[in-house]
Amino acid sequence: MNRKQFFRGVRTGIPISLGYLAVSFTLGITAKNAGLSAFQATLTSLLVNASAGQYAAFTCMAALSGYLETAIIVGVTNARYILMSCALSQKLPASAKLWHRMVIGFNVNDEIFGMAIAEEDKLNPYYYFGMMAIAMPGWALGTFLGTSVGNILPGSVVSALSVGLYGMFLAVIIPASRKSKIILGVVILSMAASYVLTVLPLTAAIASGTRTILITVVLSALAAVLFPVKEAEEADA
Amino acid sequence: MRNMYLYIAVVALVTYAIRVLPLTLIQKEIKNQFIRSFLYYVPYVTLAAMTFPAIVTATDSIWSGVAALVVGVLVAWFSGNLFLVAISACSVVFLVELLIL
Repeated sequence: MNRKQFFRGVRTGIPISLGYLAVSFTLGITAKNAGLSAFQATLTSLLVNASAGQYAAFTCMAALSGYLETAIIVGVTNARYILMSCALSQKLPASAKLWHRMVIGFNVNDEIFGMAIAEEDKLNPYYYFGMMAIAMPGWALGTFLGTSVGNILPGSVVSALSVGLYGMFLAVIIPASRKSKIILGVVILSMAASYVLTVLPLTAAIASGTRTILITVVLSALAAVLFPVKEAEEADA
Repeated sequence: MRNMYLYIAVVALVTYAIRVLPLTLIQKEIKNQFIRSFLYYVPYVTLAAMTFPAIVTATDSIWSGVAALVVGVLVAWFSGNLFLVAISACSVVFLVELLIL
């Protein structure tokens, strides 16, 4: 049973892994420019598994920022994972063990989280492990290739691959929007808010990670007050 | 001169703490309806906000980005298959840029 769930996770993880390969390839180029060796960059990817967080980290390393400053910047950039981990803690069955939670905590990120939360029932930890098993090597390998062989892919291919991850996000939020008018409204409002905060001169300087936290906290709270969710609906969506 | 490995250790520890603490400290099911509802909406808001407008500016041309968004939404609406949505979005970017760049 667990074995079956693990391999189902591996299958779900294949497109994620391919998307990661492309994204971490460009991240690897950033790491190289920041002065990291291919080994150091790959090690970072294996241990951290966070796109924006690692980008922020490499920027700090390049600037020789203080360790505390680096910790704070990376913490803020990755703060959205706090919300995701809270949501995941509720998605796990009561039978999930402490070590299950500790392993899952090693790789909470946007794509795998999106797939985990899209599960109809409770989340089987082994399904999650399966996704990790295939996604993490993709992330590390892409970083390694980016730092070691640089610009071997044609620019047009890199450009095309760069929307792959967004495609995956859409595959989570759009089918749910089709089922529920409330989610559809929430999704449209979130995109609109994100757009407005990006273009307004006053807020354009806010880092994208911080912007995401801001929008998530405000709009999720608003939706929770206006459209509280009953148990049946939670299981449904 | 700063030590790269110390940087890597700091970044890895901070990131792991952020992810693992909520997962291990919140073991019980939350009963409060507001918090439950809040966490229910979190993924949709987060993923939507991260997708737009970022998808439009991720590629070499704004038009290929717009095309990826439109095609991605349509394919996701009618099929919902993760791989198909991602591949369609990537392919349309490649095709549009082949035509206009």
